Amino acid sequence: MVTVSRATRLSISNEVDLVRARQEVRVQAQALGFSLVDQTRITTAVSELIRNMMKYAGGGTMEIEGVRNGVRIGLRIICHDKGPGIPDIGLAMKEGYSTSNGLGYGLPGTKRLVDEFDIWSEVGKGTRVTISKWR
Amino acid sequence: MEKIPIIKVGDTLLVSIQTDLQDQVAMTMQTDLLGRIEQTSARGVIIDISVVDIVDSFLGRVLSDTASMARIMNAVVVVVGIQPSVAITLVELGLELKQIPTALNVERGLQLLRERIAWEDHAVADGAESRELGREEERARNGHG
Repeated sequence: MVTVSRATRLSISNEVDLVRARQEVRVQAQALGFSLVDQTRITTAVSELIRNMMKYAGGGTMEIEGVRNGVRIGLRIICHDKGPGIPDIGLAMKEGYSTSNGLGYGLPGTKRLVDEFDIWSEVGKGTRVTISKWR
Repeated sequence: MEKIPIIKVGDTLLVSIQTDLQDQVAMTMQTDLLGRIEQTSARGVIIDISVVDIVDSFLGRVLSDTASMARIMNAVVVVVGIQPSVAITLVELGLELKQIPTALNVERGLQLLRERIAWEDHAVADGAESRELGREEERARNGHG
């Protein structure tokens, strides 16, 4: 997998940053020729991940880049925070599980919107979620 | 901070969300709308989200909470104009907004509101009628006893 466009890095700490991040993802997905439905999927996935980041870690960073794997063009987004981390990733990825006010769509729902979903987390160090969508 | 305009059209309130909503704007819209329902005694509310290009779990919850709150104030909320891409994403995310009445566009939304409100008024009138009948039966029984 090679990078086809320079990574854009945004720092996220409030809801204005959230709106800006969503707009940036939408613009890049559009530029790479993603369909409207895929643009909406990626943008919504990012919105959910950033909400988690703000809720549990108070903010973090988002990196977004265009990638190529052979003939396939894609978008890769990394959401990284230095928050408390997730003690049990298996549980966090379970459908219907949520530690805050019972929403429970969070991570499993977000995973369904993208093609690749990778999560790393260490208690006390932070969480990093990498998602990719291929055109 | 920007505000979402709420327009009164007859006995219906029309809310048209025209921007990529910041959370605080969505919350203010909710409070403003409930205030306007109280002021105007509106029975129906149309929330038009046809230009909203993403609905995530937060906005989904604000919409369904708003519908429930308006319900308690005896108003029916119909959300209209959900884009196909938004509908697909909502279902895949697991957020189907099942508890909110929806319609394709403002016109259909108004039609749905009229039907719902007429049905509710009918149900209330029926209830009053059967209570009245109950009292008559009671009077009749007392008369015979």
